[in-house]
Amino acid sequence: MAEDGRDESLATDEEDSEPSCEDGTGSLSSAPMLEDGSTLIRRMEICVAEAEKRTGKNAVNMGENYTVYLIETRPMDAVNEGRNPAPDSLWRRYSEFELLRNYLLVSYPCVIVPPLPEKRAEFVWHKLSADNMDPDFVERRRVGLENFLLRVASHPVLSNDKILHHFLTEEHGWKEAVYETGFQAKADSRLRALSATFRVRNPDKRFVEMKHYSDELQSHTSQLLRARARVADRLYGVYKVHGNYGRVFSEWSAIEREMGDGLQSAGHHMDAFAASIDDILEEEEHYADQIKEYLSFAEALRAVCRKHELTQFELEVSTQDLITKRQQREELATGMVRTFSFKGVTNKLFGAEPPEQREARLKLLEELICEGEETVREKTLERQEHVERGLIDMQRFKQQKDKDLKEALLSYALMQVSMCKKGIQVWSNAKECFLKM
Amino acid sequence: MAAQDTPSSAADLSAPVLDLDEDDDLEVFSKKTSLSDGRPLPTSPSSMTNQYHLDQEEPDENLKQRDLFISVDNPESHVTAIETFIMYRVLTRTTRPDFDSSEVEVMRRYQEFSWLRSKLEESHPTLIIPPLPEKFVVKGMVERFSEDFIETRKRALHRFLQKISVHPVLSHSPHLKAFLTAQDLTPHKKQGPGLFSRMGDTVRSMAQSVRGSRGRPQEFCTLQDYVDRFSTNISSVDKVTQRIIREQREYVDELHQYSPAYSQWAELEEGLSEPLQGVSRSLELCAQETDAQAQDLSDVLVPVLHEYVLCADTLRTVLRRRDNIQTDFEVKNEALATKKVDQDMEEVEALSDRLEQANQALRTDWRHWRSNLRSDVRTALVSAADRNLQYYEKCLAVWESFLLSQKVDPAQHHNHKSSST
Repeated sequence: MAEDGRDESLATDEEDSEPSCEDGTGSLSSAPMLEDGSTLIRRMEICVAEAEKRTGKNAVNMGENYTVYLIETRPMDAVNEGRNPAPDSLWRRYSEFELLRNYLLVSYPCVIVPPLPEKRAEFVWHKLSADNMDPDFVERRRVGLENFLLRVASHPVLSNDKILHHFLTEEHGWKEAVYETGFQAKADSRLRALSATFRVRNPDKRFVEMKHYSDELQSHTSQLLRARARVADRLYGVYKVHGNYGRVFSEWSAIEREMGDGLQSAGHHMDAFAASIDDILEEEEHYADQIKEYLSFAEALRAVCRKHELTQFELEVSTQDLITKRQQREELATGMVRTFSFKGVTNKLFGAEPPEQREARLKLLEELICEGEETVREKTLERQEHVERGLIDMQRFKQQKDKDLKEALLSYALMQVSMCKKGIQVWSNAKECFLKM
Repeated sequence: MAAQDTPSSAADLSAPVLDLDEDDDLEVFSKKTSLSDGRPLPTSPSSMTNQYHLDQEEPDENLKQRDLFISVDNPESHVTAIETFIMYRVLTRTTRPDFDSSEVEVMRRYQEFSWLRSKLEESHPTLIIPPLPEKFVVKGMVERFSEDFIETRKRALHRFLQKISVHPVLSHSPHLKAFLTAQDLTPHKKQGPGLFSRMGDTVRSMAQSVRGSRGRPQEFCTLQDYVDRFSTNISSVDKVTQRIIREQREYVDELHQYSPAYSQWAELEEGLSEPLQGVSRSLELCAQETDAQAQDLSDVLVPVLHEYVLCADTLRTVLRRRDNIQTDFEVKNEALATKKVDQDMEEVEALSDRLEQANQALRTDWRHWRSNLRSDVRTALVSAADRNLQYYEKCLAVWESFLLSQKVDPAQHHNHKSSST
C-alpha cells in the first residue's frame, strides 16, 4: 500500500472536496485516512442528503412506518472542474445499510468494517425520546449513515467492492445481487467461532492484545457515554430551573415601582438562559455520536480478532490431524504401536490383520495424508493472509482512531468554551439589569 | 460628627411610642437613594439619609456617621445539667456617651436575642423590627448543632443586630443597651408585661371582627395589598434559588463521576492519552468551580432572601397591630359619642394620639424598610450575577488552557455540523 507523501495531498483533496450537498450539510469534521489512491471517494462525491418517512407493507403484509434516506452521488472530476451536475440519487432504508454491512463483514474478514449508527437510541438522557421516529434522532442517524458510507468509500480495500458500488448507484435489484453473492453461506457459524475462541492454543500475540484492547475500549466508551448522559440530564435541570426566575421576577416586578424594570428585564435574560441549553445539548449529542462510533468500532475490531482465532484454530486442528494421520501411517508401516489404539488392542487379542487389508488401509491413509497436507497448506495460507492484512488494517485503524477521537475531544472543548461564553454574556446582561434596580 | 445628627426623638426613649417631629426630613427615603450607576450618595452631614444604612456591608462613607458597631461571632457550646446550647459573642464598639465604655463584650444565647426582639416589639408595635433566624428548621431535619446550622444562624443574628444598630429609633432602645452591655440579663427579663395586656385582646378582636377593616385608611390598605403579594413573590424567589443550588450540587456529583471516565480511558491509550487526561482534568476543575459557586450563592443570596421572607410575616403582624390600635381608639370614641358607657374624654384623646403616632411610625419605618429592601435585594442579586460571571470566566479559562495545550486556537469557531434549519 502506498503510504508516502501522497497521503498529504490525498488528505488535502479530501478536505477540498467536502461533499457540498443541497442542504449544505457536510461530513463529520474528521476526514478518513487515505492510503490507496484508488479509493472510491476520490472518484465519487457521496452524501446522505435527506430523510423521509414512508408507509409500506412489511414481510407479513402489515402496514408500517419507516424512514428512507436519500443517497446522492456525483463524479468527483465534475465537481473538481467546477461543473455542477445534478447528482444521481436513490433511496435506501436502514435495513439495507445493515445488509450491506453484513455482506462486507463476511466478505472482508480481515478488515475492521466501519459501524452503522445505532439501531436504537442508547445512553439517552431524559429529554431525548428513544423513539426512532423522533426528528432529532433521524437527523443524527442521517449523519451517521453518511459517515458510514464515507468511511467505507475511503477504505483501501472496501471501496473497490462491486456490491458497494451497486448500493450507491442502482436502487433496484441491489438486494437480489447481494443475496446472489451467497455471502450468507460463507458466514462463519457462531458456534464454530465460539468454539475456536475457547480452544485455540497459539493465537498471535498481537491479535490477543487487540482483542483485549477492544474489550477495554468498549468498556471505557460505554462508561463515558453513560456518565455523560447523566451529566447532561443534570445540566438541563440547572438551566431550566433558571427559567423559573423569569416567571417569578416578572410577577414580582408588577408590584415594585423602582425595582420593577430591572427585575423584568433580568427575568427575560433568565428565560433566554434556560432556553439556551436545548441547542447546547443537541450539539453535544453529535459529540456523543462520535464516541458511540468508536464504541461500535470495538465490536468490529473484536470480529477481526475472532476471525484470526478461527483461522489459527483451524490451522491447528488440521495440523494436528495431519500429525495424527502420519503417526497412524508409521504405525501401520512398521507395525509398531506407539500409542494406544483400538486397532492395537484388537490386534493383540485377535491377531494382526491380513496384509491385503493392511495395504488398503495404508493406501487410504496416504490419500488422506495428501489431502491433509493440502488442507494444512490452505489453512496456513489463509491464516497468514489474514494476519498480514489484519495487521495492516489494525494499524490504519489505530491512526484513524487517534486522529478522529482527538478531534472529537477538541471539538468538545470548543463546545464548552462556547457554553461558557454564553453564560458570561447572560450574566453580564443580568448584572446590568440588577444594577439598574 | 455623628453624635450631632441623632434625631431629637432619641432623647425621649422611655416613652413606648415615638415622638416624631422630623417627618419632613424623613421624607427623603422615598426618593432615590443612590446614583444611577449603583454607587451610594455622597455623604453630607446634614442629610438624614446618612443615618440609614442603605447598603448592608457598605464601607467607609456611612461608617463615619455610625456610632454603634455590633458584631456576632464565636459560637461556643455550653453544657449544663439540664441542657446544651450555643452562646454567641456579641461585641459592641461605640462612641455614644450613654454607654459606659467604648467597647463591650457579652455572651448571649438565642433565647436572649428572642427576648430583645420581643421587648423591641412591645416598645415599638408598629415599627418593622428585623427578623430573627428561625427557632427550628423543619425542612431537612437539620442537626441543631451542626456547623452549617450554627454558622448560618450566627450570620443571621449578626445581620439582625446590624440592622438594629443603624435604625434611628431602635438603636437607642434601652432594651438594646441592656442586651449589649449587661453581663447578666436576668433582672431585665423580669420586667412586667408589655403594652398589650391579655385582657384587652379579646375585646379588641371582637370589635375587630365587627368592624372589619372598613375604618382602615387607604394607604394602609395599599400596604396590606403589597405585603400579601410581596410575601408570595419573595417566597417564590427563595424557593427557586434553593432549587437551583440543589440542582447545581447534583450536577457537581455527576461531574465527579464523569471525569474519571476520561482518565481511566487514558490509561488504555497511547496517542490519545494526553488529550483524554486533559479533558478529565478540565472536567474535574470545572466540578470544583461549580461546587464553590453553589456554596457562594448559598452564602450570598439565600440569607437575604430568607430574611425578607421572614420580614413579610413581620409586616403582616405590624399591620395587624396598627389595626388593633385603631380599633382601640374607635371603640372608645364611639362609646364617647353614644354616651352609652361612661367614657372618659381624656382617655379617648390619648388613644387618638397613640393612633397617630403609630401610623406615623409605621409610615416612616415603611419607607426605611423599602429602601433597605431595594438596597439589600439589589446588592444580593448583583453579587449573585457577578459570582455567576466569575464562575463562567473561570471555566472558560480552564477549557481555553486545555485547548492551548493541544495547540488549538480557542477562538476558532468549532467546525461542526450545526443543527439543521
